[in-house]
Amino acid sequence: MIQFIVRRTVGAAVTLFLIGAATFFLFVAAPSDYASLACGKDCTPARLADIREALGLNLPLAQQFWDFMSGIVMGRDFPTGHCSAPCLGVSFYSGDMVWSTIMDRFPLTATLTVGGAAVFLIVGVGAGMIAAYRRGTYIDKVATGASMVLSSFQIYFLGPIVLTVLVYSTGWMEDPKYVPITQDPVGWFVGMSIPVCVMATIFTAQYTRMARSSMIEQLAEDSIRTAKAKGMSRRYVFFRYAWRGSLIPIVTVFSIDLSALLGGAVVTELTFSLQGIGRLAVDGAVNKDLPLTMGVMLFGAFFILVINIFTDITYAWIDPRIRLS
Amino acid sequence: MTSPIDIEDGGTSAVAEGEPAPPAKSGADSLEGRSPGQLMWIRFKRDRTGVVCAVIVIAYFVISLAAPLLTKLSGTNPYTLYGQDPTYADKPILDEFGLPLGYLGGVSGDHWFGVEPQYGRDLYAMLLYGMRTSLFMALGITVLVMVTGIVIGLIGGYFGGRTDYWLGRVTDFFLSFPQQLFFIAFMPVVTSFFVDPREETPTYFRALAILIVLWLLGWMGMARIVRSTVLSLREREFVEAARVSGASPWRIVSKEILPNVVTPILVQFTYQLPSTILSIAFLSFAGVGFVEPTPDWGRLFAAGAQYAEQDPAFMFFPGVALVIFVLCFNLLGDSVRDAFDPKSGR
Repeated sequence: MIQFIVRRTVGAAVTLFLIGAATFFLFVAAPSDYASLACGKDCTPARLADIREALGLNLPLAQQFWDFMSGIVMGRDFPTGHCSAPCLGVSFYSGDMVWSTIMDRFPLTATLTVGGAAVFLIVGVGAGMIAAYRRGTYIDKVATGASMVLSSFQIYFLGPIVLTVLVYSTGWMEDPKYVPITQDPVGWFVGMSIPVCVMATIFTAQYTRMARSSMIEQLAEDSIRTAKAKGMSRRYVFFRYAWRGSLIPIVTVFSIDLSALLGGAVVTELTFSLQGIGRLAVDGAVNKDLPLTMGVMLFGAFFILVINIFTDITYAWIDPRIRLS
Repeated sequence: MTSPIDIEDGGTSAVAEGEPAPPAKSGADSLEGRSPGQLMWIRFKRDRTGVVCAVIVIAYFVISLAAPLLTKLSGTNPYTLYGQDPTYADKPILDEFGLPLGYLGGVSGDHWFGVEPQYGRDLYAMLLYGMRTSLFMALGITVLVMVTGIVIGLIGGYFGGRTDYWLGRVTDFFLSFPQQLFFIAFMPVVTSFFVDPREETPTYFRALAILIVLWLLGWMGMARIVRSTVLSLREREFVEAARVSGASPWRIVSKEILPNVVTPILVQFTYQLPSTILSIAFLSFAGVGFVEPTPDWGRLFAAGAQYAEQDPAFMFFPGVALVIFVLCFNLLGDSVRDAFDPKSGR
């Protein structure tokens, strides 16, 4: 098992390096001069030179790449000051360190992704299992129908509806806002409950459908028939035998969905005007802030790879065949 | 064509149900061969949900194609600022706060779906033109994505070995990009390949940039599906038979393998198209896709989220239209899958 984890971690590190390299060369080697891109419409030669200096665009490409990559591991020095260990450069729009900006915004995105994932995995998979267990009854029909309709909704449509109902017209809840959990756990929970639930709803619907069909498929397996023929109770067979097997396709889809999950968090942030990683990415793209954009992308890739390793470990735990291959 | 579908379907009861009972008297004459395509069509026609959804989906495409004609009926267009243009000053549609007068976001004889707050653009015209932008761009992107995925999947699956290994690594690499973040981040970069960043980007180039970004980061799912299907087909007896009888790799791929991959490809297509539409909408929603005044579905949601507090009705028509469309496309996808493979079940 440890060997498995080590192998996956090394693989992830290589992927991360490649993503960093790809992003770097795509951005820096783009035909247009990035300094002028960043400089915008009212560009003065002095500002242009400043940006060139800050970006290190006057250095050879290989040198720039080395500076960027080594900066992540060892930190680097800028004219504006030292940038310590995981250094992703300095935003030339706001002048802040990219890493600390990301760290400021990240807890919100993490709350959305992790909280959302917890809600939709528990509710979605649970509902799907119950629907499969009570297959053909009205519970099943309600669960299937509701998940079909809800999975066609979009966060940016459902979000304003929920806000209109719960906040603007009735005033039952306050506008969603983020309070750090360390400061005020209750405020954190109340403030984030609407965004997390709206985001989870869309995913819940998909996972209900998937869990249901996976469970039904699993129940048709020979092993289940054997267990039933041995005289084991329906409930035991269902929750001990079929349950574990039906989780495998769900974990597979979940690990593929990770980037969609982060994407969902991005849409949720934009829908509820929350200041997270997604807003940062949009700001970086709109302001043509190269270091910020690259930092956000690398961080996003890193975050997904980390969760991916966790998913793989869960996977290996559920299905021993994976560990051995 | 040697197809495993014929053999498998021949014996199942699902097919027997799908066919009308042969008239007893005519006996041997009524025994006619049906291609897998015909069988699929017969099964599909019997699925009422699928047919209704297919009709609705086609209606969406027809409506968006006919957007210029349909807006002639209402006499509006998506660009005129009805709330600010002095030509329309005799018919005020916005109050002094810039909010639509009347009910449901200003629904009236002139503006069937209401108007946009602040500017007073006609929502009906914007929605129709926006659907046209989204649907046809999505269609183009989806075709490109599918073709790329199929080619890469076929090459990897058929040749196997080292080719497959490296193609697999490349696919995995592209899959590990956090997609939505990269959509946002790559848009300005791709645009900068075509236009000087200091100038205003023409809509045409924006569309091209969206196409390239979604294409580059969209083909992996298809490639994986095709690859795994081809991998399992490659070992089947009929492919072996073709190889033994001296068929060229090209013939094996095009005549033996490809016809058998059509099912997963078509099914994937019906799932890919709505998701592409949503991706385009996402880009415009995030503010890096189409911008004002280009009518686009996603941009309507960005505007809707902005006006949600003052004028929630603005969101109603674009949202309901999108939900119905995605719902129908998903149901259609399920029906197509069931029609091809009656054993898959629901």
